[in-house]
Parts: sequence; C-alpha cells; structure tokens
Amino acid sequence: MRLELDSITKRFGALVANDEVSLTVEPGEIHALLGENGAGKSTLMNVLFGLLHADSGEVCLDGTPVRFADPGAAVRRGIGMVHQHFMLVPVFTVAENVVLGFEPTRPAGLLDRRRARADVRRLSSEFGLEVDPDAVVESLSVGVQQRVEILKALQRDAQLLILDEPTAVLTPQETEALFKIMRSLRASGRSILFITHKLKEVLEVADRITVMRLGRVVGSTTPAETDEASLAAMMVGRDVELVVHKEPASPGDAALELAGLTVVDERGVIVVDGVDLTVRGGEIVALAGVQGNGQTELAEAISGLRAVSAGSIRFGGSEVTRSSPRSRIRAGLAHVPEDRQEDGLVLGMTIAENLILDQYDRAPFARHGVLDLARVHDNGEAKIEEFDIRPAAAGLAVGTLSGGNQQKVIVARELSRPVKVLLASQPTRGLDVGSIEYVHKRIVAARDEGAAVLIVSSELDEVLALGDRIAVMYRGRITGIVTPDVGREAIGLMMAGVEEHELPETVLAGAERDETTGWSV
Amino acid sequence: MVGVSSDPAALPHQPGPARTGVPPAPSAAAPSAAGGAAAGGGAGAAPTTAGPPPRWMQAIATANPVTVTVLAIFTALVFGAVLIDVTSLSVLHAWGRIGAHPGEALSLTFTVPADAYGSILAGSILSPHSLGHAISTGKGWHNVFNPLSETTVDATPLILAGIGVALGFRSGVFNIGAQGQFIAGALAALYVGFEVRLPIGIHLPLVVLAGAAGGAIAGFIPGILKARTGAHEVIVTIMLNYVFLNLLDYLLSEQPFQLQGQTNEVSRSVLATARMPHLPSLRANISFLIALAIAAAASWFLKRSTLGFSFRVIGANANAGRTAGMSTAKVTVLALAISGMLAGLAGMANVSGVDFFVESGYGGNYGFNAITVALLGRNRPWGVVAGSLLFAVLDVGGVAMQVNTGISLDLTAVIQATIIFFIATPMLVREVYRLRATGAGAMQLFTKGWSG
Repeated sequence: MRLELDSITKRFGALVANDEVSLTVEPGEIHALLGENGAGKSTLMNVLFGLLHADSGEVCLDGTPVRFADPGAAVRRGIGMVHQHFMLVPVFTVAENVVLGFEPTRPAGLLDRRRARADVRRLSSEFGLEVDPDAVVESLSVGVQQRVEILKALQRDAQLLILDEPTAVLTPQETEALFKIMRSLRASGRSILFITHKLKEVLEVADRITVMRLGRVVGSTTPAETDEASLAAMMVGRDVELVVHKEPASPGDAALELAGLTVVDERGVIVVDGVDLTVRGGEIVALAGVQGNGQTELAEAISGLRAVSAGSIRFGGSEVTRSSPRSRIRAGLAHVPEDRQEDGLVLGMTIAENLILDQYDRAPFARHGVLDLARVHDNGEAKIEEFDIRPAAAGLAVGTLSGGNQQKVIVARELSRPVKVLLASQPTRGLDVGSIEYVHKRIVAARDEGAAVLIVSSELDEVLALGDRIAVMYRGRITGIVTPDVGREAIGLMMAGVEEHELPETVLAGAERDETTGWSV
Repeated sequence: MVGVSSDPAALPHQPGPARTGVPPAPSAAAPSAAGGAAAGGGAGAAPTTAGPPPRWMQAIATANPVTVTVLAIFTALVFGAVLIDVTSLSVLHAWGRIGAHPGEALSLTFTVPADAYGSILAGSILSPHSLGHAISTGKGWHNVFNPLSETTVDATPLILAGIGVALGFRSGVFNIGAQGQFIAGALAALYVGFEVRLPIGIHLPLVVLAGAAGGAIAGFIPGILKARTGAHEVIVTIMLNYVFLNLLDYLLSEQPFQLQGQTNEVSRSVLATARMPHLPSLRANISFLIALAIAAAASWFLKRSTLGFSFRVIGANANAGRTAGMSTAKVTVLALAISGMLAGLAGMANVSGVDFFVESGYGGNYGFNAITVALLGRNRPWGVVAGSLLFAVLDVGGVAMQVNTGISLDLTAVIQATIIFFIATPMLVREVYRLRATGAGAMQLFTKGWSG
C-alpha cells in the first residue's frame, strides 16, 4: 500500500503540532519517522489513524484521498498500529487476543476458536512470528506480546503497519528478532512506518528516513546517505555530542554497599533476589536490564521507599537498611526517581517549592517551623539560572514545564546538597537530546566530585556511555558485573539471563571490534 | 494525568497549560510537545503564536476555579428564580391570562423571584424597612442589626468546621467525620462549662481548649488508624459519626450531663462564666471573631509554616513527598487531628456562644454542610469564610423569605444544593458559558482521591 500524507497541518490553539507535513511511504518499504519527543510524530500518527482530524492537508491511500472518522475506519482500510503500550487482555490467550473485536463466528454467534487458532498459526508461519496460539498473554515476555500485537494487525489484513517506538521495551536480541519480522513483512509487500528516536536502529532497518523537528519535516534521507551524527543534528537542529566525555574513574572507598539484598513485592513474589553490589565513591555503576527485572524495586529499596526482606544496605560503612527515606537523604543520598511526575515532583506547586521539597524544614529555608519565602524564592531563581531551567520563573507551576525542564528541576534539587550516593533511575527517559546531554554532564560531574553513582537504565546506549562498570539484572538477580568494553552483544545476552561466566567465547572476542562509546538518542 | 499537556514556552501569557480542544491522545507524548521541546532545548523559535488578549481577560474567560464558582452561584440563583416562578400560583395564573394581560405575566415573572431574593437579603443582612423605621422612630434598632447578627451566628460553626474539612482535603485526607468531631467538641466544652468553677477570664479559655481537645481526639482516632493499619479514613470517620451521636444520647441520659429532674435527653447548661461575650440583646458573639482569627491562622499555616508546606505536598502528591523524605503517616495523623480540632471548636462555639446546653441530635447537619462549604471555598480558608457566609445568608434569609412571601424555606436548600452541583461539575459550567479550558490540575481538588 502506498501512503501519502500531503501538507498535513494540525494546530492545538496557538501551538502548531504539525506544520505542512508531507511524507510518502511506498509499498514494501520500511519508512522510519525520526524525531525527538514533541517533534509531532505522535500527532501525525493520530491524524493518520483517525484519532485527530487535520486542520488542513490530505491523507491518500494508493492515490485515493481518505478521511478516517475513527481508528476502526483506518483498520478497515488496511492500516494497523502497534502502540508503545500494548492493548492486550492479559488473561486471554494469544488466539483470543488476536481475534478480539473481529471474532470469527459460527452460526448462532458462537465463537469459532478453531478458526482463530488456525488464523494465528497461518500468520505465524507466514511471517516467522513464533507464538503459541494457546498461551495466555500475561505469561509471555514483552517481546512475544509485541508479536501478538503485530499478529492482531495482520489478522485484520493490515497492508500498512505503524510501529510506535517498538524497541523501547526490548532486549537487543529481541530487537534483532523484531527487525527480522519487519523485513519479512516488507518482503510480502507490506509497508511499515517505524516511529523511533533511536538512530542506530533507523540506520539498521529503514529504507527511507524522514526526520521531524518542532512539527515540521526537516529532511528525508536514506541510511546509505547519512550517519548517526548528521541524523542527530537534523533531529535537534544543531550539532550534538554523541559521546559522553569523561575521564577514567578514580574510585575511592565503598560508599554504597548492598549485601544479599532481597525484596518481596506486594504479591509475595521475590523481585530482588540476593543482590550483592558495591559502588565506590568516584565511580558510576550502571544497572542495565530490560524493564521489569527488579531494577525499580532495587532502587526503591536503596532510597528507603520499599521494605527490604533480607540483606543489608550500607552508606559509607553505616547501616541504613531500616532507615527512613529522610534519614538516608540526610546521610547523603540524592535520588532521581524513575517516574518524575509521580515520585519526583508536585506538579501543581511552583518550581521554587519543588526545589526545596527535601529541605523545606531546614535552614536556610525555614526557622522555627516558619518558611522564609524570600529565601525559597531566591533559591529558586538561583537554581533556575545554574541549571538552565526554562522558562525562568520560579513562581511557575512545575506541571507547565516540558519533561526535560522538569527533570532539570529534580536534578537541581538533588545535587544541591552534599551528595555521597547518587541514585538515578532512568534519568533521561523521555527527554530531548539537549536535556540528555545536560543531565549526563551533571551526573559525570557528581562522580568527579566524589559521589558514588548508581544509574538504573533500560537504555543500553546510556548504560554503555555512562557506566564505569555495568551490572546487569535479570529476574531480580545480578547476572554479571562487567566493564563497558565487553560490548553490547555480551550485555544483551546477560540482559536475557545468561550469566557472565556462561558467555560464549565468540561473543567476548567480538567485543574488540564493537564500537561502544557512542550512544544514540 | 496532569502534566501531559505542557507547553508554556509556546504560550507564554497563559496561566495554565492549555488543553483546549486537545482530544485524549493514546500516546501520552502526543500533543504536548512541540512546545515542550522548544522550552527544553531552547532550540529554534516557538511555533507561531497569535497575539494573546490581556491576561485579565483571559483569566475571566478561562474556566479557572474562581470564575466557575461565581458562575455556579449565579446559575443556581437563576435556577432558583425559575423554580420560584413555576411553583408560584400567581405567576402561573398570570401566564394563564397572558392573552388578556401580557404585561402582568412578564412583570410577575421577574418581581416574584426578585421579592423572594430581596426578602432573603433583608432577613439576613439588612432590611431597609426596619432601618427606615428605626431612623424615623429612634426605636427598633434591634431589628436592624438582628439579621446580620443571626447570619454571623449561623456562619460561625460552618467556618470553623469547614476550614477543618478544607485542611484535610488539602492534605489528602477526606474527613467526613466533622459531625462526630463537632459533637465531641461540644460535649467536652459542655462538661468543662458546667462542671468547673472559675472566673470567666480562665474559665472561658478553658472551655475553648476543651472543645478543641475533644475534636482533636475524635480526629486523631481515624488518623492513627489510617497511619498504622491503613484503615480508610472515610469509612472510619463516617462510622465514628454514629459512635458520637449515640455517645451523646447515652451521656444525655446519665449524670452528670443530664439536666436534673429531666427524663428527656437534655443537658445541664454551662455556667455564665463559660459563655461567650455577646452584643447587647443580640446573639452575635465573640466566637465569630474566633472563627475569623482561625481563618487567618489557617491561611498563614498553609502558606508559611513548614508543617503546612508538608500538608500541601502530601495532599498534592504523596509519592513525591515520601520520596523527598516526608512522613505521610505524620501528616495524615496531624491533618486529621487538626481537622477534628476545628470541627470540635465549631461544637464549642455553638455551646458556649448561643445554645449553652445540648440535646439529642445536637449539631444537625453542620458536619455535612462543612464539607459543602469547604468545596464551595475551594479548600482555601478565606474561601470557606465566604462560602459559609453565603450559606448562612441563605439559611437565615430563607426563614424571612418564607414568612414574607410564603415561598418554602426548602427553596434555599435547593439553591444551596444547586450551587454545589454546578461547582462539582465544572465541565457543565464551562460548556454553558463557553469558557476556555484551564489546566487539569486546577479543578481536580474536588474530584480526586476517594480511592484513598
């Protein structure tokens, strides 16, 4: 199917989210749509899919102008979408999920399960999507669940498949498997629109690349004609440093020690399973792993937000396993939480107020239980200046800031006290390239000032760029602690559960040739 | 989620994030962001902005809480006027004869509700008639000041208990137990009032403290249960209302509370030294000033004190507060205790200010009206004062309206309910008056959080 978007413009009030966006996807083409958060990619897809209506411009399928009233109409015309967050019923089987909404029925409206299963088998074998039709979805890994989403689209006879950030939740190996599936779909003549912000992936799998910035198409190219640096420059609008500059670490004494740390979650499942890990002052340890392997719980245990069932946590030699979050903060913990809006900020309160969230009752911000509003305000102004928070108005509610600036507020707050241990979970998730650069720089600076830094990240590139050492977590256990030079394949295998000592020789040998310092965005 | 649409850089003059016409997008990142990126990297100019109208005009035309509240009151009054018309026989008869006397029907349609509202104001604030009478004869000054006096008396417990409920809301706890805490405060004040013999300068402050302590203990119970066991405060406070109602009945049938020689459930009266000083021959008394002082204190507390700061943080986002090292348990216990303390002061104010004794069912609907005025005042202390005065005007003036025009007192209850209805459904007010949407956060105080 040939898709043409012609001069699509979509405004939200005074904000132009899509400005005369034109784009053509040829039949049998993998077309990457590249752009930062907020470039207008999602708006464009919502227009295409009938969730939003363009103010002007036209969508054409195989040369015929179309206008979808709702997503159902788009599906009927052969457009399938795999959302970043899967839309599956966890307790249903694969076959049931695939036919949901378009169920094959026998007379009297009975569900034809046999045909549903047959459909799934046929499509699986046709495109190399291995899935057991009778497996219950909640028992499947994320990568397989994604295949179920793709099967859903194919079962509805999608000729154009939109994949929205499909690799965000996958291991490197799962990503490779996905690319294989994408290529086989291309071979069958289907078109794929691949939305992403990861440069490496675009260069690997796409036939054509369209880059968006601030609602406009800023360029269109092919992998042969471009490279990571020029794609990044197009995306951001200026040259970007793709490499984090840092001197070799000079680790000092152990500042954060985890011994046999075990955490049991609300359901009684062991989510952190006997983790031993030491982070020394002046080094960055990056905790890698696919999301949901216990990293979140581990971080919560370190910050004191989650009770520990066994093992111990020590800061600089003193035991804090049962201390409150407050006493850990007082002991020198800085914590950039994973979900900044949920755990890091009070969105309705001002920048200045959010900047003192952990010091509101101490001098110089308070005396005898009374806030010094002038000091609070001045501190806000000073931090806004120092950390380049925009817009620069201390009295503005934090909820009105962009994600990057919200994160800067948190980083500013956490780094404005003496830091012994910096715990940063997904510190750059959802940020634009400029903010990523900035946050990384600050993290390295904290290390250089002697803090022990533990980064939790599911972005392999970030892990490789920042970590002086890399600990890989799988199902609550540390599968190995390595240095970045073992290469991404080895780390990918460890993320999938292979222990460090089980790594095949060939993988370790291959690391010599692997380029690991660059990180794509 | 609140922070989804955030594009301040693109719309610099706008008070809140604009959500106008942004339909729910499936991917959270969707519309927010072109502006977000502009703000973030500062790369490139923000997308085209139309010249915005002045800030104050936008503020009025935006569905901000103040505008919505004012319009909700206005709408409720219009609704009440229509209700008066369609239930007024004279108006209906006039419309029946509209062919013969068209002017009469139209004028009655306006004059009947206008008279009704006029007598509400005359009965609750100032009656021009009695003012004229007092000036010309030099007598009857009591009638001039009595309406306003009664309004302050009616508003006092609403202000106190309402601020209590509002402080709870601001801290993320739903105190539905103002009723029970009111009774607890009233009983404690009553006991100290009739049992202790001291000069007024010591006795009266002691009565006030007793009322505060009674309410604080009644509020502390659900607080500590929530902090220790996770028991939901809504359920516990509702159940405690029954406990205190029945405790009241029990005590009123026993010594030392029951009035001697009585078989009815009526208490002894507090001593003269336990009564609030009042204006001569009027019921208006010092407890109204106490209520206003509490409003000022509560306002200061939320804005300037560190404890108030932690209340606001925990109320707005308990997770962020916890992550920053605040203790949600401490805030929960203190917020409910303070909330209960203020409801207890309301009970004290009625016992020591106007009633001097209590009987079965004491406190009436004050507990629930306190929730209502807290919503009406948008959980801000001075807002609660304004809301309480409005409700008192309707309560007190409603009686005068019934006497003078024959329109049922129940109408004022309908108007009160309608005001709350429109405030609780800001979407409706927004649609009716075509207001621009404001940030999602601004109105959410009213609706979030019942799940605890």
